[in-house]
Amino acid sequence: MDKPSTSRRGLSPRLWLAGGWLLLALLAAIFAPLIAPQDPLAQDLMLERLPPFWLDGAEPGYWLGTDSLGRDLLSRLIFGGRIAFIVAFSAAIAACLVGSTLGLIAGYFGGWADRIISRIVDVWMAFPPVLFAILLVAVLGTGLSSVILAIAIIDWTRFCRVIRAEAMGQSRMDYVENARIAGYGRIGIMLREVLPNVVPSIVALLSLEMGIAVIVEAILSFVNLSISTDDPTWGGIIAEGRLSIHQAWWVLVFPLITLILTVLSFSQFGEALKTRFDPVLR
Amino acid sequence: MSTCLDITNLSAVLPNGERVLRSVSLSVLPGEVRALVGESGAGKTMIGKAVLGVLPSSVRIVEGDMLLEGEDLGKLQPKARRTLIGARTALIPQDPLTALNPSRRIGPQMTDRLVRILGWTVEKADQRVRQLLDEVQIRDPDRVLRSYPHELSGGMRQRVLIAAAFAAEPRLIVADEPTTALDVTVQKQILRLIAALQREHGTAILFVTHDLGVVAKISQKVSVLYAGKVVEEAETATLFAAPQHPYTRALMAATPRYTDPFASLKPVDEAVLAGLAAEITAADKAWRRPHG
Repeated sequence: MDKPSTSRRGLSPRLWLAGGWLLLALLAAIFAPLIAPQDPLAQDLMLERLPPFWLDGAEPGYWLGTDSLGRDLLSRLIFGGRIAFIVAFSAAIAACLVGSTLGLIAGYFGGWADRIISRIVDVWMAFPPVLFAILLVAVLGTGLSSVILAIAIIDWTRFCRVIRAEAMGQSRMDYVENARIAGYGRIGIMLREVLPNVVPSIVALLSLEMGIAVIVEAILSFVNLSISTDDPTWGGIIAEGRLSIHQAWWVLVFPLITLILTVLSFSQFGEALKTRFDPVLR
Repeated sequence: MSTCLDITNLSAVLPNGERVLRSVSLSVLPGEVRALVGESGAGKTMIGKAVLGVLPSSVRIVEGDMLLEGEDLGKLQPKARRTLIGARTALIPQDPLTALNPSRRIGPQMTDRLVRILGWTVEKADQRVRQLLDEVQIRDPDRVLRSYPHELSGGMRQRVLIAAAFAAEPRLIVADEPTTALDVTVQKQILRLIAALQREHGTAILFVTHDLGVVAKISQKVSVLYAGKVVEEAETATLFAAPQHPYTRALMAATPRYTDPFASLKPVDEAVLAGLAAEITAADKAWRRPHG
């Protein structure tokens, strides 16, 4: 066996770029009231459709311009980040807890437990996810908690399938058999021997899922099914920007860039974390 | 003197009714090394797994008794059986790559068992593990205990597994082809280590192998298996001096000789295999009659 490469433990540009953007966006969201240059809800029709700062006609203090109601775009993006992150974290963690637990049980115990859980997953995944989300929100009613709940209800299957496959592979390893011979209980083996070996995958999926949750939330708010229309959301801003694309392209473009960067960062960050969590790859 | 392991008439079947173990009987005395030889698929490993209680779920034991130090494993409750097997037996596995948990450091993996199953204190377990690592000639126990399995070579990992197997002072160790996955040069060292530790600790070993050379070196008694049936059993010296069964003779003839590297490899004679097949069919018929 060759030496574990210690160099990769240091600066992985992928990890730092992705992590940096996420940290920046997260801090901005947390301290939104302190950072945002304007009130995100304040309308001023005298200031409608101001361009971003480097174009003619820009006003100081409105860095990324304003929308058709004269609301500051940057402030709206920062406040929209709050909702995006709340949804990303709670929905992904909820989906992860449910999906990983069931996946671990199905993969490790096999037999009937596996058959039942896998069939449920198959049925679940037969529904188109976005349609399912819209349906769920329509039933649960709009609002932050129903959006979170809807995403968790839809996406736990993603964790379940991957973790089931991983746990199944690990359970066939000799070290699991060795633990059986030593006299450990089944649940003890599942938690102490198998679980640590699937944690890297759980971490990677969790980060990926946060990105997906951001997209789903944006889709729901784009079709006006997320939370109350007053609160700025990235999807909501995109929907407004689409209407005024010919007069004020920036209202569409900046939230899109923010959304893409965030989702991309989540998935890259997850991959990089997986490499660091895995003792063999590390 | 009571036997360490006593298997009588053990039969196990697959879901399709085919017997994978055919009325196997064998015993291991305390401190004795019993070799199980046979070609792949002969059921050597299956016997080891049956003793350790880790048969695949598709294989079902339909007949026979297994006594571990006089305790009938078949009559114990599952939990009591697990505890007994955990306390009195250990496994030296075939593949040192997958037999250690890749995400845990060696130290906790080795001590955990002593602490959790045998109820030792952490200090005592740690001391014991270090002593065993010394016995398997690992010179830098601190580094090894801190390592993850992938940071050690195959030979090192097998040493760790041998140390782990002996650490809990089991009465019986099942060694499942412990040298097969290793380099030829390392094989010899590992074999010597197992033999030395076995002598020192007086542990009985059920040594599964397909290598007659290994059998001659390490064991006192041999059972030759074919298709899940013991075709011959004898003291090792007797077996090598005067093999009785034609299959045993054929196996010995098929062993490559290093003294004549240009001699072509001989397969087991067709006539011998035909004889074996007839023997097994007859045995199955005789077995089915009383069992319907």
